[in-house]
Amino acid sequence: MSEKKDVVLEVDNLRIDIPVSAGLLHPVRGISFDVSRGETLCIVGESGCGKSLTSLAIMGLLPKNADRQADRLNFLGKDIRDFDERQMAKLRGVKMGMIFQEPMTSLNPSYTIGNQLEEVYLRHMSSNRLEARERAIFLLDKVGISSAGSRLGQYPHQLSGGLRQRVMIAMALMCGPDLIIADEPTTALDVTIQAQILHLLAELQSDFDMAMVLITHDLGIVARVADKVQVMYAGRTVEEGNCEAVFDKPLHPYTSGLLRCIPVPGKTQPGEKLGTVPGVVPNLVGDLNGCMFRNRCEFATDECKELAETPTVLENGHAYTCRLKPDEMEPSTGGRL
Amino acid sequence: MLAYTLKRIVVAFLILLVVSGLTFSLSHLSADPALTIAGEQASDEDIEAVRKLYGFDRPVIEQYVNWLSRALQGDFGKSYHYKAPVVEMISGRIGTTMTLGFLAIVFALVISIPLGTLAAMRPNSIIDRFALLIAVFGQALPTFWFALMMIILFGVWFRWLPISGNTTWAHFVMPTIALGYYATPALMRLTRAGMIEVLSSDYIRTAKAKGLSPVSVLFKHALRNAIIPVVALAAVWFGFMLGGSIVIETIFNLKGIGWLSYDALLRSDLPVVQAIVLIFASFYVILTLLSDLLNAYLDPRISVR
Repeated sequence: MSEKKDVVLEVDNLRIDIPVSAGLLHPVRGISFDVSRGETLCIVGESGCGKSLTSLAIMGLLPKNADRQADRLNFLGKDIRDFDERQMAKLRGVKMGMIFQEPMTSLNPSYTIGNQLEEVYLRHMSSNRLEARERAIFLLDKVGISSAGSRLGQYPHQLSGGLRQRVMIAMALMCGPDLIIADEPTTALDVTIQAQILHLLAELQSDFDMAMVLITHDLGIVARVADKVQVMYAGRTVEEGNCEAVFDKPLHPYTSGLLRCIPVPGKTQPGEKLGTVPGVVPNLVGDLNGCMFRNRCEFATDECKELAETPTVLENGHAYTCRLKPDEMEPSTGGRL
Repeated sequence: MLAYTLKRIVVAFLILLVVSGLTFSLSHLSADPALTIAGEQASDEDIEAVRKLYGFDRPVIEQYVNWLSRALQGDFGKSYHYKAPVVEMISGRIGTTMTLGFLAIVFALVISIPLGTLAAMRPNSIIDRFALLIAVFGQALPTFWFALMMIILFGVWFRWLPISGNTTWAHFVMPTIALGYYATPALMRLTRAGMIEVLSSDYIRTAKAKGLSPVSVLFKHALRNAIIPVVALAAVWFGFMLGGSIVIETIFNLKGIGWLSYDALLRSDLPVVQAIVLIFASFYVILTLLSDLLNAYLDPRISVR
């Protein structure tokens, strides 16, 4: 790599296959991205587009029957494609931390917060309980939990959802990871708490100089924290680029459809209807051909059925997978943010 | 936790009181005890005399209070048949029954928890099928038949184990297996079901994402949560084994409480029956209390509900 960027994670052509009763399911069909230290990549897409599976694939936490393939899966310069469970366990929790969607059920109800925070430190760092405890208090304080010392003795059921998610974040940070993967970290929380948690994540990411992969379906979140955006549809990337480029000028009809779904302060008029993307995500079982978005796309033609899903890359790195030329979609439905 | 413990103890005490009342009244309703004591050839005057002597002519409430207050002091009266103090008859035999029940439940747990866990780790694998096979056999085989088969095989053919009596530890091997095996299927299937559910839970995924060792994920994070219903069931089974080992005690000629209660029932030996029922009811109540407290320790949410 010519740039000085310190690349933490490189994923090239990641594919996941899961055998189901109807045949072979292809939930992820060739995803590529990289994230560097201090950078936030947002993976956006609706439910079932494969974004959560992508994150689990990186962590090596896919269900046993899922088959993961990739042309490249490098973490901190090491190829982790053939890492076994023992080798992956040495990366998870230390070098890569993960924050899940469900703070209410992601903590073990039987152990105190302190126990669950300390165990990850004790497992990976050669240290004693006292140091682990200090680290836990430091991080609880860091994630904005007051009287951290006394919280250590509390059980998850004594905390609210927002607090639990803060604990989950602190837990992911215990060993100072290089990469943090947050899978819809705010989806299960109250709207007011969502913003707080998001600010917290962004702040911690720059404080600890980590690479962050943030998985979400909320474009409002993306606009606020992302450096790079990757829009996923039906297991593939349909559009990617840096945050401004994608928001200013979405080139794929799906991205522009998503952008029309959210109100913009100052631009959306009272009483104006927000957009929708009609239809549902396609079934990804068996052999798939052509553009998978064609059934929901207002620009679709017969050509789209045959289309190879190869991205068009513009000079600023902004890439999209559609037969339309960059200005063909405008001005009728172009980006409005 | 302290408030919860106190609450459970008060409830347990109330249950015991109700049980004592039921025990007392039921055995009085079932037959006229004076008739039993006096014997079949007794005249009406004899029966009336016995009734007076034992206080059966008094109001039931008064009899109950007298009986209970003596029972609380450890005096359950004398056996009608053996004329010996009930307490002595029971205390001489309870050790055998307790030993057998304890060994049997430990045997059942030692078999069922690891096997249930292994089965849950790989559902529908060879191990799972094997565990299921063991469970089906345990459920289907009548205890007495299984015990007799063991006696023929290990006692008669191979002559490895003694088949009758309770003088050495070797005497307890076959009774323990026969009694414990009966409890194994339920405990194992419950462990398996609990583990399968827990292993797919979010917090197990979290534990894996933390890079914890498989041992820690399985035993620290999963088993503790999966075991909670097993603890409650094991307590019930233990109570059942103490009171329900009549068949096993008879087959292996272990003269424990089960054997005594069978004998006492046949003879309508009321004080013995009452004492045994009360003691086993107390065991049940105490075991349930202990399992509740253990569960509250395992899952701190329980003491909040």
